[in-house]
Amino acid sequence: MKISASAAFCAAGLLAAGPALADLHFPSMSYRTGPYAAGGIPFADGYEDYFTLLQERDGGIGGAAIRVTECETAYDTTRGVECYEQIRGDNPLVLQPLSTGITYQLIPRVTEDGIPLHTMGYGRTSAADGTTFEWVFNYPGTYWDAASIMVKYLLDENGGSLDRKKIALIYHHSAYGKEPIPTLEELSKKYGFALTTIAVDHPGQEQKSQWLQIRRERPDYVLMWGWGVMNQVAVTEAANVGFPMENFIGVWWSGAEPDVLPAGAGADGYKSLNFTGVGTDYPFYADLKQHVTDAGKGAGDGSSVGTVQYNRGVYAAMLAAEAARKAQEIHGVADITPAQMRDGMEALELDAARLEALGMTGFGPELVVTCENHRGPGVGQMQQWNAADKQWVKLSEFISADDEVIWPLVHEDAAAFRSETGIAQRECPAG
Amino acid sequence: MLYREAGDFKTSYAADAQAFPIRFDRTAFYALLAVAFLIVPFAITNYWSNAILLPFLIWSIAAIGLNILTGYCGQVSLGTGGFMAVGAFAAFKLMTAFPGLNIVFVVVLAGLITAFVGMIFGLPSLRIKGFYLAVATLAAQFFLVWLFNKAPWFMNYSATGQINAPVRTVFGQAVTGAAASPAAKYLFCLAILVVLAVVAKNLTRGRIGRSWMAIRDMDIAAEIIGVNPLRAKLSAFAVSSFFVGVAGALYFTVYFGAVEVTDAFGIRVSFLVLFMIIIGGLGSILGSFLGAGFMVLLPILLKNVMVGGFGWPTDLAAHVELLLVGLLIMGFLIVEPHGLAQLWRLAKEKLRLWPFPH
Repeated sequence: MKISASAAFCAAGLLAAGPALADLHFPSMSYRTGPYAAGGIPFADGYEDYFTLLQERDGGIGGAAIRVTECETAYDTTRGVECYEQIRGDNPLVLQPLSTGITYQLIPRVTEDGIPLHTMGYGRTSAADGTTFEWVFNYPGTYWDAASIMVKYLLDENGGSLDRKKIALIYHHSAYGKEPIPTLEELSKKYGFALTTIAVDHPGQEQKSQWLQIRRERPDYVLMWGWGVMNQVAVTEAANVGFPMENFIGVWWSGAEPDVLPAGAGADGYKSLNFTGVGTDYPFYADLKQHVTDAGKGAGDGSSVGTVQYNRGVYAAMLAAEAARKAQEIHGVADITPAQMRDGMEALELDAARLEALGMTGFGPELVVTCENHRGPGVGQMQQWNAADKQWVKLSEFISADDEVIWPLVHEDAAAFRSETGIAQRECPAG
Repeated sequence: MLYREAGDFKTSYAADAQAFPIRFDRTAFYALLAVAFLIVPFAITNYWSNAILLPFLIWSIAAIGLNILTGYCGQVSLGTGGFMAVGAFAAFKLMTAFPGLNIVFVVVLAGLITAFVGMIFGLPSLRIKGFYLAVATLAAQFFLVWLFNKAPWFMNYSATGQINAPVRTVFGQAVTGAAASPAAKYLFCLAILVVLAVVAKNLTRGRIGRSWMAIRDMDIAAEIIGVNPLRAKLSAFAVSSFFVGVAGALYFTVYFGAVEVTDAFGIRVSFLVLFMIIIGGLGSILGSFLGAGFMVLLPILLKNVMVGGFGWPTDLAAHVELLLVGLLIMGFLIVEPHGLAQLWRLAKEKLRLWPFPH
């Protein structure tokens, strides 16, 4: 068995080895199957389509051709590790697993192998500390930023005080969902609101008892850290128990179309955070339509274009492409290595002028990444679901997180990571 | 002409009772061991180690463990994932509490702790049987995972519920952590697997194994002829849990390095191992290997062939893979309900008679 399998693997490996050309390899660790596919498919399509656009319109980045490969993880850690082992020998410029569980697996591995890991708005929050996590980035914001932004938004709504308010957190019972709890606890001390945490076990198809608890405790606000099928079940249950939807706020992974559509009209008024623009009303979409979707080169069936997760995939690809461009600029070569890519990510700057040149004004926040700060600006905007028009409506501009609360927590957790793994803090160049 | 007992004279009782009575089997076994220990470590790459061989070796240990309980002693268990979690968390607590303790002892102690926990959850087996026992072990699965997720002491108060394995060495070579070489990880797991497999093979051929099988075949008759059901059943639970605990400890420390209990040791794992032994063959050590290979390696093989070889889209390949694995499981079970090991047994019978079957 072992020997025949080995032979077959070798054969498969030989078939898989393509011609080695000088190109920029952007692997897409996607999940188009499994319980989280509803979010995984549009993200993967957006990610691939933006690279296709760059390839078709500009002939790549800085003259170097782009190669996108896809590896299916099904949001499963074992498969994610298998994908990583397959990709890592192939000069991947940046990995984006779109899964907090896989991220935790990859952090020690990429640190050892020297491959940049970009966990955009997910993963380990303390990776924001660039002096500890040299190879890991999580700009434009982290879960702790998200928690802080939500509380800030609620403060605004309540005239600056959350005293004696009750806030419940309903979360995916995993590393991902547990992330915001320390920050919310800290914030509840600071602002005097009572915090209840309610866990939902993977995959979250059954939430009757959790919503019964919410009905009993009558919190003023419910915050949600959900993903995949858990989101739509939670929104449906909230509608069923008659919880006022405008007081129900999801993190940026709980605010896409598939999460609210199943609840129909009941989902109207549900809010969520987002760090990318909604809809297709951005200049770059004209190019995307001309060069990719209308040219029949789209990654998916085209049904997801302009949805929240699709836009986020586009945004992730744009950040990667911009970092690659920056790296080419710094090192003066077109065909960059993963280590050079890391330098580009660490020097990434997107100002209003650059966003406008990309046709993405307002599509994402302006951001600056530095050696100490791998999380960028830490911002998010609030959006609300309009069930009648079946679309998300932007409610606020980008709100920034409470840095006074976040950074001490980040440094504390990063220090814990250093003592646990014995890695040293690196010095950042002054300036 | 090769595959014969004839001409292979046994001159002592020990030789007569050996595990591989046919010379060809024996030579093949030693050759396989030699290849595994002496050639593979020099040829192994990171992909081969981390994606293919490590999971195969570790799942084989778990499958042998469950096979002892279910295949040899007839006690159906759906608690494998929970017991693997016990092994993993025991290893984690031992590693962090006693940083100087060698990883070999950590793994063995984790196995012993799991054996103890397994015996506690095995107690109901004295009163309940069959499907009812399966439900009781299912409760163990859910209880243990819930416990490790709920009680922060087990994860050293990690805020996210992730536990991380610190770097540990054997003979100066790191075997855990990202810096460990693929060969070191592979050899470490292989050595443990070989020792455990030899132990399991001999246990099942000896008095204890016979008492397990007597209980499996008919417990009342076994009791009448003098097999103590308490001792037989609990020893099966203990030995089985020891194996499963060792597998869990290796799964966490060597293979993953960081796990989260609900993700890594959910009910999925219990079913996966149960499928391994059903497909491989209940009551067969070889079957445990075949089943682990089938369930772990086949999906990777199919994926590599379909995506790497044919260039299919990854989602299509993932769906076809699920379909094919399911069909193959059904197909194999229809053709041979006793598993892959029985196919090998039949092949051996045919080989002995070949080329004169009449």
